[in-house]
Amino acid sequence: MGMARMASDSNIIQVTGLVKRFGDFAAVDDVTFSVRTGEIFAFLGPNGAGKTTTIKMLTTLLEPTKGRILIDGKDAQRDRNGVRESFGIVFQDPSTDDELTALENMDLHGALYGMSRAESRDRTKELLEMVELWDRKSSLAKTFSGGMKRRLEIARGLLHRPKVLFLDEPTAGLDPQTRNRMWDYLAKLNAKEGITIFFTTHYMEEAEKIAQKVAIIDHGKIIVQDTPAKLKAKTKTKSLEEAFLSLTGKTIRDEEAGAVDALRMHRRMWSGGRK
Amino acid sequence: MSSMRSLKAIYILWIRQLKRYSRSPARIVGSLGQPLLFLLALGFGLGPVFASAGQGNYFQFLVPGVVAMSILFTAVFGGIEIIWDRQFGFLKETLVAPVPRTAIMAGRTLGGATIAVLQGVIVLILATLFGFRPDLASLPLALLFMALIAVLFSAFGTAIGSIVEDMQGFPLIMNFVLMPLFFLSGALFPLTGLPRALEIVVRIDPLTYGVDGVRAALTGLPSFGIGLDLGVLCAVTVALLGLGGYLFSRIQV
Repeated sequence: MGMARMASDSNIIQVTGLVKRFGDFAAVDDVTFSVRTGEIFAFLGPNGAGKTTTIKMLTTLLEPTKGRILIDGKDAQRDRNGVRESFGIVFQDPSTDDELTALENMDLHGALYGMSRAESRDRTKELLEMVELWDRKSSLAKTFSGGMKRRLEIARGLLHRPKVLFLDEPTAGLDPQTRNRMWDYLAKLNAKEGITIFFTTHYMEEAEKIAQKVAIIDHGKIIVQDTPAKLKAKTKTKSLEEAFLSLTGKTIRDEEAGAVDALRMHRRMWSGGRK
Repeated sequence: MSSMRSLKAIYILWIRQLKRYSRSPARIVGSLGQPLLFLLALGFGLGPVFASAGQGNYFQFLVPGVVAMSILFTAVFGGIEIIWDRQFGFLKETLVAPVPRTAIMAGRTLGGATIAVLQGVIVLILATLFGFRPDLASLPLALLFMALIAVLFSAFGTAIGSIVEDMQGFPLIMNFVLMPLFFLSGALFPLTGLPRALEIVVRIDPLTYGVDGVRAALTGLPSFGIGLDLGVLCAVTVALLGLGGYLFSRIQV
C-alpha cells in the first residue's frame, strides 16, 4: 500500500506496454514511459511517429489496442471520467466555439466540469487576466487571431484546476512573440500551481529551453527518454535539434493523408488557415 | 451527483445551440429559401391542376408537408455537423469532458431539434401570410408532431454524423437518404390511389407519419389517425435516440 501510494504520488502519468494498431499498422508499438508530478515533459518525434495517437489515448479519445494508462492513479480505460477530471488539453486543431464569446466558452467548460458558477467565474477572471484576454472577454471567439484562440484554449484547459495539461503542438503557426509569451504563462503556472505539462512540438529549441525531460518517439516506439542535457551529452551534439536528428535520422517522413488531412485542407481553403 | 451533472451538461449544450442560432440571422434567412420556393412554386403552380382533379386546395394540403420538410433538413444537418465538428470544432472539447457521452448526445440532439421546430414555426407563419388557414385549436397537437419529427431526425443526423468520417459522403446522404425521405413522405402528394410499390415505400418512410400528423392537426384533412401517427413516430424516435446515443458514445477521433 505504502509503496504503491508513493509511486502514484511521484508519477502523475504511468504508461505501460501501450499499443495502438490500425489494421496491420502499429501506430504506437509497445510504449512505456512515465512523467513525474510537476514535470514539464516534451514528447518529440518526426511526423507520423505516433505522438498525436499517444495523446489521444492518454486523453480517452482513442481506445488502446493493448496496454495500460494511469493518470493521477486512475485507469484511463476503466475510470474515464475520473481521468478526464484530472487533465486539461489544448488540441492541435482549434476547439473553441467560434459563435460564443470568450467568457461563454469558459462558462460552458466550467459547467461541463461540474464547477459552481461563482467558482468558475473567479477562476476565469484569474486565467483570462493571465493570458491577457480579460478585456476581450465579451468578444466572439471568431474575432480572435490564431494566437488569441490558443491563449483562450490554454485558459479554458486550466479552468477546472487539472493536475496535467496536455498540449498537442500548441505553438504551431504562431509568431515567436506569441510563442514566447505562451511558454511564459505555462512556466509560471507550473511553478505556481505545480501543474504537470505534457507537450508535443516540432520546435526543438522550444523543447530544449522549456522541458525538464524529453522522450523521443519514432516508428511508434520510444527510442530515448532523458533530460535535454543528457541527450546532448549522449549523442555528443550541441543542441537538442542535432541530438534529435542524430537519433531519428535525416530522411523526410511522408505521412499517408487520411480523412482528417482532407478536412484540414478543406478548412484552409475556406477560412484561410488557422485564424 | 452524476445525473445532476448530466442534466447540467444537457442544459448548457442546449442553450449553446440556441445562442448560436440566434446569432446567425443570415443562416436563418438562408434556410428559408428552399421551403419558400416549394410553397410558392409548387403551391401556386400545381394548385389549379389539383383543384380541377377534385382534390381541393393544394396550398392548404402542401403547407404541412413543407413545414415537415424544413424540420427534416434542419434537424438532420444539425446532427451531421458532427462530421465537421469532430476535427475543427467544439466536439472534442465535449468528448474529453467528465460527462457521460449520452448526455452530450442528448444536449446536442435537443438543441438541434429545438432549432428545427423554430424553423418549422417560421415557415408556418410565412405560409399564413400567403393564405394558409390552420386550425388554431389543434395547434398544440401540430407542435407536438413537429417536435417529434425534429427529435427523430436530429437523432438520425447524430447517428449518421457519428459514423461518417468526412464530408465526401455528404452528397450521398443528401441524394440517397434525405431527398427520398422527403419526396416519398406524402409531403407533396395525397396517398390515395398510389401504385402498390410506391405505397409500400411511402408506408416505410417515418416522415410520412409526421407529415400525416401535422396535416391532420393543422387542416383536418383525412389521415391514418392520430394514434397510429403518434405511435409510429414515438417508437422510431426512441429507437433512433438509442442508436444515435450508442454510436455517438463510440466516437473515436
